[in-house]
Amino acid sequence: MMRWLRKLGLLLARGRFREELDEEMAFHRAEAERALLNEGIEPEGARMAARRQFGNTTRLREQSEEVVGFRVETIWQDVRYGLRQLRRSPGFGVTAVLILALGLGVSTAIFSFVDAALVQPLPFEKPSRIVDVDENSAVFPRSNLSRDDYEDWKRLNTTLSSLEVYTGDGFLLHLGATSEPVPALRVSAGLFRTLGLKPVLGRDFLPGEDQPGRAKVVLLSYRGWNKWFGGRSDVVGQALNLSGDSYTIVGVMPAAASYAPRAGNRDFIVPLQDKTGCEKRRSCHNLDGVGRLRDGVTVEQARGDLQRIAAQLEKLYPGSNKDQGASVQPLRNYLVGDVQPILLTLLAGAGLLLLIACVNVASLVLVRAESRRREVAVRGALGASRTRLARQFITEGMLLATVGCACGALVAEWAMKLLTQLVPKDAAAETMPYLQRVGWNAHTALFAAAMTFAAGLVLALTPMLRHRAQALADNLAEGSRGAAGRFWSRLGANLVVVELTIAVVLLAGAGLLGKSLYRLLHVETGFDPTHLATVQVMAPQTRFANPEQTAQLQRDVIRRLSALPGAVSVAVTTDLPIQCNCDTDWIRIVGKPFHGEHNEVLERDVSPEYFATLKARLDRGRLLTEEDTNVKPAPTVISESLARKYFPGEDPLGHKIGNGDLDPKSMREIVGVIADIRENGLADDTFPAEYEPIYQSSDNYFAVAMRTAGDEKALLPTMAKTIRAIDPELGVSGEITMMDQIESSQSSIIHRVATWLVGGFAAIALVLGVVGLYGVVAFSVSQRTREIGVRMALGAQRKRVYGMILRQAGGLTLIGIGAGLACSIAAAVAMKSLLFRVAAWDLPTLAAVALVLGGASLLASFLPARRAALVNPVEALRSE
Amino acid sequence: MTRKPELLPGTLDMLILKTLTRAPLHGYGIALSIKRLSDEVLTVEEGSLYPALQRLLLQGWVKAEWKMTETNRRARFYTLTAAGRKQLGVEVSEFEQMIAAIGRVLAADSR
Repeated sequence: MMRWLRKLGLLLARGRFREELDEEMAFHRAEAERALLNEGIEPEGARMAARRQFGNTTRLREQSEEVVGFRVETIWQDVRYGLRQLRRSPGFGVTAVLILALGLGVSTAIFSFVDAALVQPLPFEKPSRIVDVDENSAVFPRSNLSRDDYEDWKRLNTTLSSLEVYTGDGFLLHLGATSEPVPALRVSAGLFRTLGLKPVLGRDFLPGEDQPGRAKVVLLSYRGWNKWFGGRSDVVGQALNLSGDSYTIVGVMPAAASYAPRAGNRDFIVPLQDKTGCEKRRSCHNLDGVGRLRDGVTVEQARGDLQRIAAQLEKLYPGSNKDQGASVQPLRNYLVGDVQPILLTLLAGAGLLLLIACVNVASLVLVRAESRRREVAVRGALGASRTRLARQFITEGMLLATVGCACGALVAEWAMKLLTQLVPKDAAAETMPYLQRVGWNAHTALFAAAMTFAAGLVLALTPMLRHRAQALADNLAEGSRGAAGRFWSRLGANLVVVELTIAVVLLAGAGLLGKSLYRLLHVETGFDPTHLATVQVMAPQTRFANPEQTAQLQRDVIRRLSALPGAVSVAVTTDLPIQCNCDTDWIRIVGKPFHGEHNEVLERDVSPEYFATLKARLDRGRLLTEEDTNVKPAPTVISESLARKYFPGEDPLGHKIGNGDLDPKSMREIVGVIADIRENGLADDTFPAEYEPIYQSSDNYFAVAMRTAGDEKALLPTMAKTIRAIDPELGVSGEITMMDQIESSQSSIIHRVATWLVGGFAAIALVLGVVGLYGVVAFSVSQRTREIGVRMALGAQRKRVYGMILRQAGGLTLIGIGAGLACSIAAAVAMKSLLFRVAAWDLPTLAAVALVLGGASLLASFLPARRAALVNPVEALRSE
Repeated sequence: MTRKPELLPGTLDMLILKTLTRAPLHGYGIALSIKRLSDEVLTVEEGSLYPALQRLLLQGWVKAEWKMTETNRRARFYTLTAAGRKQLGVEVSEFEQMIAAIGRVLAADSR
């Protein structure tokens, strides 16, 4: 033990140990020299004799060091030897490390996203027991809960220990002199208790505080607390003016609350309390539900329970609850379901990239092993055991992988930053709060370490396989290239086929995703999205309570904006296009059989200029006019889809549609049919839609669309300023051009990110694959120089030599492309949910991929083929 | 040229320890002392001396410190420790048993 401690001490002070030893030995030599001098030997001779007597100093020191050294130190020596080897062939070292760094870095970065979204648990208490609870209907697999249904579900269910709801809301925040629209969350009182979150300051909502008529209280989100109050601790108890009402701040929620669904970018949280106009109807679906499973209850049991309740309610309230079922799923599914396919696709892509990187470096190692053949054989012949040789390869493989990993960490760091920026900030905060967690943690570090280990193993095994397959004697003898070369080209060729296959898969994936993105961005929208500036306006409820007041405001907005230089026309609407399949209305067609089914259509209230401003196409009949505002009930314009669905083979003009109960006040005449405007997300199915005059609605939240003559983006600030100038209490937000709106919609973000990333992977894979092919062909040419020389000496034409080399390369390429195309179709089927209007076996894409890879391969093999054809037979024969 | 007899294996440590019983010595001094005391029969190779000294240091049988020689040069002097003295006793008795045994074998009547 003592001995071991002393050794350790010496290990730490190895430098001092050496110095002392050197000094001691120098002293010894000097003394010996002096003794010889005293014997009368002349100085030069004495020094030489002393040195001779003393022997090799380095060797002496090594012997002393062995006494005090550890076994581990020999491994360190191996590592240093490996590093020296790398330094000796910097071309190989740098290339291998760069390729590995790229593969390891990119895959680690992608994994960090997968980890953040899919692996790390949600920051709630026992998150796996939390479920997303909602209704479903014939058209929506998941639709919102109605308030009445929620209250019944909460009361009647036996499988959930709590069931809470939340919904988005918005307020006009009056703070100091500013009026700003702020996103808020309206929740039932127990939401945060169900999630297991406690306020960092103040208190949570009390049970029952969400009932109608209770005092107005508000919780600040962590974000809102910092944004509006600078994180001050004295906010609890203060009053806050939201849309003209005074609320008392009761607490501040922790940052983890931003992981709650839809809470990511909300600054204020208020209890449910009074029913909104819509919530008074059982058919108004505006709430999302979150429940906690009772102990021992499965998701399926909870679903069965709630479906049973839904069936009872359907019998009780056939008018509103027909076909309304229950949807229960783990909360995580609901939160990350949309991004799961893209993340898994990207992870697979990154995995393939890492694989191709490893294979590529493995073939480099193989080429190097070829040149070290003699070294290995000599060491073997001198008695180095197989394990000793194996240990050296493992050390070198691991060393390469480790250095690659160290550089890869930098690549990963950089890639994580870059990728996070690919997602627009607002969208990230709103729907992907987990992106905050992307970065280094135990999971990502473990993943990187595991990948590094696997890569190191591949790099160690390749040369070992290579050397095992050979008899030592073969390698010691000259001219043994034939056998070795064959073996090498076989393993090397197999590796190249793998590389080319992966390159084809990634290229095909990128091609299909790119085509999907193109199709998505060029999906028929039914309007002209260029030169369209849009903004959202919120009027204070207190001062704009009736339809006349809001109509006056909307007319003012249109008048003032139309006067702006550059404005062509201006319109207002309740919802702009490219938003969602939301704000639906249930209709019934007069004179058609009706069995209580849900005829769900989108309802948009628009000003008369709306269709002209959007440049929508009128199909039949007429558009809405200023006069329609005064007609009650107002006439309506329907979309082509609605006409096709509910009036197949007849002219809808002149027909009347009404609400489910056919209330006479709701009967409106169809006066026109327009080509479908894409109201929903780009990738969603088109819904039937109806358009009604906005001036009859009392909604105090509306959107403005302005068509401009020139650059619409430049007009956005002026637009917002002009509207604020009408009334300083108006909340103006969401200034965005329609083109940006399309670009930043969730489906286009997902498709764009997928396309860019897989495209990047594919480009790298293409380069690596083609370089790999070049390497194999060039190596084979260099090995066959003599054979080619013989052939040419015997009369082979240069053309035939070209053919011979190109045939070899072409064969490999063909196998690679063939296998790759088959795998691509399988891969594309697997990522079908990411493809938009493109088949997995899209021929033009696959053909283009084959062509690109074939062309690049031809180019890569042409260079070595040319070198082969230029071989001088005389020189080639003489060279050995 | 006459061949000098090799040091018996395993005896170097003992010889070093024995040399140090009289006074602390530096490495050169130890080699010189063994050479003189053996009438120049035993030569300690530097290649064995310094590793052996390190071994003894590790075992804690000798201590080392830097001091000045009478010629005013800095040298590392080795001193016998109590544990070293005990070890010397063990090794000497083992060695004497060994020599006696060898002597008995050699003295056996070969008639």
